[in-house]
Amino acid sequence: MQPDTNMTLPTCLKDEYEVAYHRPAALVDVNMHYCPGCAHSLVHKLLMEVVSELGIQDKTIGIAPVGCSVFAYDYMDIDMQEAAHGRAAAVGTAVKRLMPDKFVFTYQGDGDLAAIGIAETIHAINRGENILIVFMNNAVYGMTSGQMAPTTLPGMKTTTSPFGRDTKFHGAPLKIAELVAQLPGSYYVTRQVVNSAHGVRKTKQALLKAFDCQKENKGTCLVEIIGNCPSNWRMTPLEASHFIDEEMIKAFPVGDIKTPDQVERKITPV
Amino acid sequence: MTVTKLMKGNEALAEAAIQAGCDAYFGYPITPQSEVLEYLAREMPSRSGMALQAESEVASINMVYGAAGAGFRAMTSSSSPGFSLMQEGISYLAGAELPCLLVNVNRAGPGLGTIQPGQGDYFQATKGGGHGDYRLIVLAPASVQEMADFVFLGFDLADQYRNPVVILSDGAIGQMMEKVTFKPYQKPLTDKSWATTGKPPSRKRNSITSLFIQPERMEQHNQKLQQKFDRIRECEVRFEEINTHDADYLLVAYGLSARIAHKAMDLAREKGIRVGLLRPITLFPFPEQRLRELATQVQGMLTVELNSGQMVEDVRLAVAGRVPVTFYGRMGGMIFTPEEIEQQVETLVEKVYAT
Repeated sequence: MQPDTNMTLPTCLKDEYEVAYHRPAALVDVNMHYCPGCAHSLVHKLLMEVVSELGIQDKTIGIAPVGCSVFAYDYMDIDMQEAAHGRAAAVGTAVKRLMPDKFVFTYQGDGDLAAIGIAETIHAINRGENILIVFMNNAVYGMTSGQMAPTTLPGMKTTTSPFGRDTKFHGAPLKIAELVAQLPGSYYVTRQVVNSAHGVRKTKQALLKAFDCQKENKGTCLVEIIGNCPSNWRMTPLEASHFIDEEMIKAFPVGDIKTPDQVERKITPV
Repeated sequence: MTVTKLMKGNEALAEAAIQAGCDAYFGYPITPQSEVLEYLAREMPSRSGMALQAESEVASINMVYGAAGAGFRAMTSSSSPGFSLMQEGISYLAGAELPCLLVNVNRAGPGLGTIQPGQGDYFQATKGGGHGDYRLIVLAPASVQEMADFVFLGFDLADQYRNPVVILSDGAIGQMMEKVTFKPYQKPLTDKSWATTGKPPSRKRNSITSLFIQPERMEQHNQKLQQKFDRIRECEVRFEEINTHDADYLLVAYGLSARIAHKAMDLAREKGIRVGLLRPITLFPFPEQRLRELATQVQGMLTVELNSGQMVEDVRLAVAGRVPVTFYGRMGGMIFTPEEIEQQVETLVEKVYAT
């Protein structure tokens, strides 16, 4: 990690302490608009840590969605495009195809990717577009303040499922990672969670691995991240964290769903 | 080297895209424009760039957004129902000021309509089409030659103004075969330092966006866009005039209708009625100034379109009641004959004399 020259320590501490952690170079030093306890700010930081550590800030192009993370380009110090709602995978397809030596990622929520943008997502992955899709799943439409999403859990109350999601009426939650792992174009598909230090470290490893995979040009990587949305779940950040452990990861099991090893094995002639 | 060939309108347009240095084409099959996608899928990989068949027109237009945002010459084409699907993306392209070339080979609607030629998408093309307040530069070819020429012009105007340009053609111009000449073309140098190509340490990051959440910034952005549209109105009006020097009556028509109106004008002149023709080439910006001038010379105007009367509204706005402006149209894929239009000219003459 490059030492951050802007980092200052009180003079009296300089001899005794060294900087153990600092803001990644690719993360803009501004206040974010996210609610307290929201996973977006954390995942933004992880992404930019990975970009900084890999030294690819000048080669990375991000595609922001419509949703809470619509302002991602205000926080990530890289070139970015803000896509229409759900269309990030189509936008990313063009950017990567025209600049194959660049790293391209989309950053999308569950409404954006799994509802309105499901066609673009599935077709981009089916074509094996060599991009990383960061899929933030918090089971709710955040920006429009808490409506039911394709990933809302059965029985979960939202502003548009006020009596709880009835799967007979609304359908069941979409398991995106499992769905896209079936497509031959996907290369690395994993689901991670960021409500614990352990989960954060694993998520960062997954993002690092996904960027690494992009160098190999073998298909789409999708990192689904279970996030929390305390504001729209009507919970404190701590309650939201418990909700992830007790409910979310039961419906959305954490771990690798498709790894490059499996892909390699499958294409090896018997 | 100048080359002349016999080609279909859609194929001439596709060939021109390659010669204009189009880096990326994204499209989806729809009659009567599928030849564009077919031609480019065959020719582009070995000649100029990439042609990718998208899963929908929605995906196509957003791929154009990504490519244009990265600074490449990008293009898509479709026909009416598909072009409707693209409207959201076109609004984003206009909002984010991304240069690109869009082609609508107009068929008759509404709904699924018919695959035969129509001009019912005039309003959609010239008044914005999607949500918000924006304009597209709209070029209306009336020959296979212009299907090719307007590709070069369209890309250049798009780059110059950082605005989407539409070629509004129709099923007949797209499908007919004529000879077409390709002249050597030099792509102008354009500053695309705003494109998302990866941020080097030497510059600030580039963001492609149409989002301005603060109303003050949104208004500023809109004012900037409107000033651009005013510059386009001032500098880019294009039209063709035939026999207007001594005309007592004026036919106004674009695209396929203008070809038929041309013949109707000849028939009327054989009968001794001095008729001229004004053919708008840019539908936005519209040749309103020239129409205003001609309104002081002619005694009446007849607008003919393959719709129920769309461009005629712009003609009437330009003329502002100075002379009678009548309309004649056919719809749903039915095309008028020169004789039908000539009859309408005679009706106009009677109307003028009756008042």
